[in-house]
Amino acid sequence: MNNKIVRMEETHPLTWRIRDDKKTIWIKEYCNKNGYNAFKKAIHQNTPEDIISLVKESGLKGRGGAGFSTGLKWSLMPNITNNQEHRYLLCNADEMEPGTYKDRLLIEYLPHQLIEGILLSAFAIKATRGYIFLRGEYVKGEHILRQAIQEAIHFGYIGCNILNSGFNFDLFLHTGAGRYICGEETALINSLEGRRANPRFKPPFPATFGLWGKPTCVNNVETLSNVPSIVLNGTNWYKKLSKSSDTGTKLMGFSGKVKNPGVWELPFGISAREILEDYALGMQSGLSLKAWQPGGAGTDFFTQKHLDLSMDFSTISQAGSRLGTALAMAVDNQINMVSLVHNIEKFFARESCGLCTPCRDGLPWIVKILHTLKNKKGQSNDIENLERLCISLSPGKTFCAHAPGAIAPLQSAIKYFRSEFENGIL
Amino acid sequence: MSTKFVLSSFEINEIENQKKYYENYRAITIEALKIVQKQRGWVSDQAVIEISKILNISPSDIESVATFYSQIYRQPVGRNIIRYCDSVVCYLTGYQEITKVLENILSIKTGDTTLDNRFTLLPVCCLGNCDKSPTIMINEDLYSKLTPESIPNLLDSYK
Repeated sequence: MNNKIVRMEETHPLTWRIRDDKKTIWIKEYCNKNGYNAFKKAIHQNTPEDIISLVKESGLKGRGGAGFSTGLKWSLMPNITNNQEHRYLLCNADEMEPGTYKDRLLIEYLPHQLIEGILLSAFAIKATRGYIFLRGEYVKGEHILRQAIQEAIHFGYIGCNILNSGFNFDLFLHTGAGRYICGEETALINSLEGRRANPRFKPPFPATFGLWGKPTCVNNVETLSNVPSIVLNGTNWYKKLSKSSDTGTKLMGFSGKVKNPGVWELPFGISAREILEDYALGMQSGLSLKAWQPGGAGTDFFTQKHLDLSMDFSTISQAGSRLGTALAMAVDNQINMVSLVHNIEKFFARESCGLCTPCRDGLPWIVKILHTLKNKKGQSNDIENLERLCISLSPGKTFCAHAPGAIAPLQSAIKYFRSEFENGIL
Repeated sequence: MSTKFVLSSFEINEIENQKKYYENYRAITIEALKIVQKQRGWVSDQAVIEISKILNISPSDIESVATFYSQIYRQPVGRNIIRYCDSVVCYLTGYQEITKVLENILSIKTGDTTLDNRFTLLPVCCLGNCDKSPTIMINEDLYSKLTPESIPNLLDSYK
C-alpha cells in the first residue's frame, strides 16, 4: 500500500514540483525548482538539430494516445528555405477522450513546465509561432495559461530575440467550442483555422502542409511537458526511469468504482494490477472487477486475466488493445456490458464529424442495435450485424481514427461477453 | 420589424482585437461567436451576419461553423447553463441519477430551458474530472463527486 507517494526530481520528472496544497506553480516558484534551466541551456549551448537528436535518442513517444516517436515527428519538418514564412508548433490541449484527466492536471498545476516544453520543441523545429489549442470547457486552465504566458513574456522567455539567442517565438492561447473530433490533429488544424473540425486527407502531413498550408507540428500537453527534463538530465537517465522498452514515465490512473480513483506518474512497464491495487486501492467493497479499458473510451476492453500485463505501448497492443492515454477505467460486476457499450457508442455517434459515410451512418446504426439489445428486444441477427459494422468501420475504411476507436470497445465486449449480447435477443 | 440589430462597440473591439493573433481572420470565427455569446447568451441570425461583415466571410460560412460546435448556441438559452458529463466514467458512477434529479427539479428534459429562463440543461463530453465523478458544470463552475441529494442546494445558488 502506498497512498502517500514521495515524488522526486530523479524519479518523477513530470510531477515532482507539484505542491501538497495543489496550488498552481507560478513562474518564480517554477524557476526556483530548476525551471527554464533546460531552455536556457538549449538555446545557448545546442542547435535545434541537437535537440531533435536528443529527443529521438530519448525514445519519447507521443502521449496523446497514438504513441508515435516525438523526435521522428519533429524531424519530418522540412528544412527552412530562404523565403520561409511562419512555421507552427501546436499544443494539443483538447483533452476530451472519455476517462482521461491528465492534461488538465499538467495545465492547472504546472503551466510553466508545459510552456518550457513548448519553447524547447519550438526551438527544435524552428517554429516561429505556437498556439495552445485548449478545449473550451477547461475554464480554469484557460485563466492559468493566460497568466502563465504573460509571466513568460515578462521574464523574456517568449517574444523576439529570446535571451539574446536570436530565437523568436510567439505563443498564443486558442480555446475551442466543443466537439471531441478537434483532438484529431488535422481536425484541430481545421478548427484553429475557423472551419468545421473535419479531419484532412493525409498525405500531405501537417509537417509539410499544416496550419494555413505552412509546416506545422502538433504535440500533446503531456508529450511537451516531458521535454524539459530530457534536455536537462539526458537520455540515459530518461531511459532508466522505465521498466519497459518505452522510455520515461507516464501519467497513469484508474477510475470507475475503485476505492481511490486518481492519476499518478508511473514508470512504463508497471502492471495494471499494481496501479489498480496499490494506487487505486482496489475495487470498492462488495464489487469485483469485470472488465477494464487501458486508456480511454476508444480502447478495447480487457478482463481480469489481462491485469498483469505491462502498461506500455507494445505489450498492450500485442494483447489486443491500445495503451491510449493510459488512464484506465474499471468496470465492476454490477455493470451490464451491452448498456455500457451503448453509452460509449452514443458518445462516438454524437461526436462523429459526419464527413465520411461509414462513421456518420454506421455509428448511429450501432447505437440503434445496442438500444434494442439493451431493452431485450434484439433480433436474431443483431450480433452478426454488429460484427459486420465493426468490419465496415475498421482502420482504413474511414477517413480518420474516430470510427476505429469507436468499435474497439464494441468488438472486444462482444468477444469477451458475448452471452450478455445474446441475452438481449428477443 | 424591430430595431436594427447591432453589435456593441465592446463586442466589435473584442473581435477586432483578435486579429493580431492570427494570419488569417477566418480563424477568429469561433472566438467571435464566443464573444457575442458571452454577452447575449446565444448567437442569433443577425449576429452571424454582423460577425461575417467584420471578418469578411460569408454568413453561411460563419453559420456552418456556428452549427458544428456544441458550445455555440443558435437558439436562446437560460441564464445558467448546466452541462452534465454523460461519458463512460460518469456512467459507471451514476450520472443517470444526477440527470434524473435535474430533470425532475427543473421539469425539463435535456436540451430544454426552464420556463423562467433560469436554467438550460445540456450533456457534455467527458470533463476530464473522472477521478471525482460524477461531475457537472454550471456556467464556468465545475462540481465533483455529486450525489442526487446535493443537487437542490447546488441549484439554489444560481438565480
